[in-house]
Amino acid sequence: MATVEVRHLQKHFDGGRVRAIDEIDLATGEGEYLVLLGPSGCGKTTLLRTIAGLEEPTAGDVLIGGRVVTGLPPRARRIAMVFQSYALYPHKTVLANIVFPLRAARVAVGEREERARKAAEMLDIGHLLDRKPRQLSGGERQRVALARALVREPAVFLLDEPLSNLDAKLRASARDELKRFQQRVGVTTMYVTHDQSEAMGLGERIAVMSAGRVRQIGAPVEVYDDPADTFVATFIGSPPMNLVPRGEVLVGFRPEHLLPEENVTGDRITVALDVQRMEYLSGDRHVYGTVQLGDHPTRVIARLPATVDTPIAVGEQHDFAIAVDRLRFFDERTGQRTDPLRVGS
Amino acid sequence: MAGPRAASAECTVPTEPATAHRRRLVDRDEALAWAFLVPSVAYVAALVGIPFFLAIAFSLSDVTGGDPSFDWVGLRNFNRIFADPVFWRSLRNTLVFTAVSMLLIVVCGKVLANVLIAQFRGRWLVRFLVLLPWTTPVALSTITWLWLLDSVFSPIDWVLRELGLIQSNTYWLGRPVLAMASVIAVHVWRLVPLAAVIMMAGLLSVPKDVQEQATVDGAGYWRRMFEITIPLTAPVIAISALFGAIFTFTDMAVVYVLTRGGPTNGTQVLASWAFFRGIEGGDIGQGAAIALFLFPLLLAAAIAILRAVRRTEVS
Repeated sequence: MATVEVRHLQKHFDGGRVRAIDEIDLATGEGEYLVLLGPSGCGKTTLLRTIAGLEEPTAGDVLIGGRVVTGLPPRARRIAMVFQSYALYPHKTVLANIVFPLRAARVAVGEREERARKAAEMLDIGHLLDRKPRQLSGGERQRVALARALVREPAVFLLDEPLSNLDAKLRASARDELKRFQQRVGVTTMYVTHDQSEAMGLGERIAVMSAGRVRQIGAPVEVYDDPADTFVATFIGSPPMNLVPRGEVLVGFRPEHLLPEENVTGDRITVALDVQRMEYLSGDRHVYGTVQLGDHPTRVIARLPATVDTPIAVGEQHDFAIAVDRLRFFDERTGQRTDPLRVGS
Repeated sequence: MAGPRAASAECTVPTEPATAHRRRLVDRDEALAWAFLVPSVAYVAALVGIPFFLAIAFSLSDVTGGDPSFDWVGLRNFNRIFADPVFWRSLRNTLVFTAVSMLLIVVCGKVLANVLIAQFRGRWLVRFLVLLPWTTPVALSTITWLWLLDSVFSPIDWVLRELGLIQSNTYWLGRPVLAMASVIAVHVWRLVPLAAVIMMAGLLSVPKDVQEQATVDGAGYWRRMFEITIPLTAPVIAISALFGAIFTFTDMAVVYVLTRGGPTNGTQVLASWAFFRGIEGGDIGQGAAIALFLFPLLLAAAIAILRAVRRTEVS
């Protein structure tokens, strides 16, 4: 087991015109499950590939297990990577696929076979060893890729969107399996995804990335409840956090915290919500409307759980409230978190 | 225009088979397939099929340049060519030329293909230059080689002499072994670009992430080459080998221009021997019989390679 760390990492393309990674400092804990989350093109895959040694950084260092590996080829880094496409060798059988890293590492013949079979048993693909990848389903291919990654007993797992090729139903069960797999193996894992529910569900910590930078790193609940800036606030959460301008600051609150007045007790602020549209989504009511905290009305969304049965009518104005401790404040210009502001009720 | 017609179509039951039929003809794939196929089928029949059967007919006749009347002679032409040591020599030479050229074409083509896919400045210029030998008419480029290998004025000899590697001229085309090597070299020079471009397409089709996966899995350059790249491009390599084999096997221009089959039939191949016998010697029956020997060998090679391709094909 080992930790992964990057220091002042930069990766530029096209002679510096594209900054895929723009000064990133990041470190995992021992055996940690760290998820890199961000929209496509934010640099998360480039970061993973740089750690794997498939891209050479423009500046900065990669450390694995406390050792600088920046100049080392991938094979010397003790990493295993699973690609989005699983990248199974199409001309080799499942067994030959799993054995391949061991042959490359010149492991003795008998031991190879034994370790490959053990890895296959662990992932429940022992009965598929003679098949070719094209004869496997998406889920089976993913397991073969994981077995191939596992068999070398790597110090670090790097997973690049390994669930995005599965259909929605399979994805949920594969996510669960992946989590249990990692807990059993206990190897430090870096996982790239653009899917926030995957990130929230899998990660011990999440690093939210945008435009080549890490915007925030923290436990899922922290990233959700205490976003560091407006990007994180609106990227995470569905529907995203409401941001209402008031003077120089943006007042942020999650849709589930904007509730009909009588449902909010304690210290709170009340706002008048002009209801424009309503949606029923798996028991919840999503209420779309406008509120006014500053100079002009702003569109917001309220999410009422099934337990709230206050009648709401489209086209009417209702009194809603937000608990004061649920309010977050951001600088309107920089988007960064600022000090709490007194918002008159 | 469309308005009234649409209206009438609406109120009368569809009774316009002519327009309906015409519109559907364009959409009928079988009809279109035939329409597009017929010209090439006619072309192949006229320029391959008819000459092929004509050659069979000639090989069983005593037709000559001076006496074109067709007289059936059975297998006499075949008996005669089998009794001729030059025929066996040509057959052996043809097989040697093809096998050695094919091997060199595949190896050099693979190496060149790797160069062509590498990222460097001026890549398009290199690709263009590499393709030149293939685009030059074979007779013209062979004449250039004839000059390069000249017994007196050969620039290759001059360079070797200046480097102190040889004392006197080599007579490339005057000694049997060197003449064979020269013919093979010209074939390889001519066909490597084609093979390289075919294999380049194959190399580019190998998924990048499979290559990278092998890198991450710890495989070095040679392991990646022999365990990943070559197996995945095997069908394409086989196709370029087949092309190389067919072009070498059936070619007589290189031998004809470079050595005329000499010295003392040392570089004679089936195609050139058939030409010398049938056209220059006027014995069309024997020429046809010799030429027919190309057919079963080519057919066997083509079937063998195409079957190998299908077996290794990965979907």
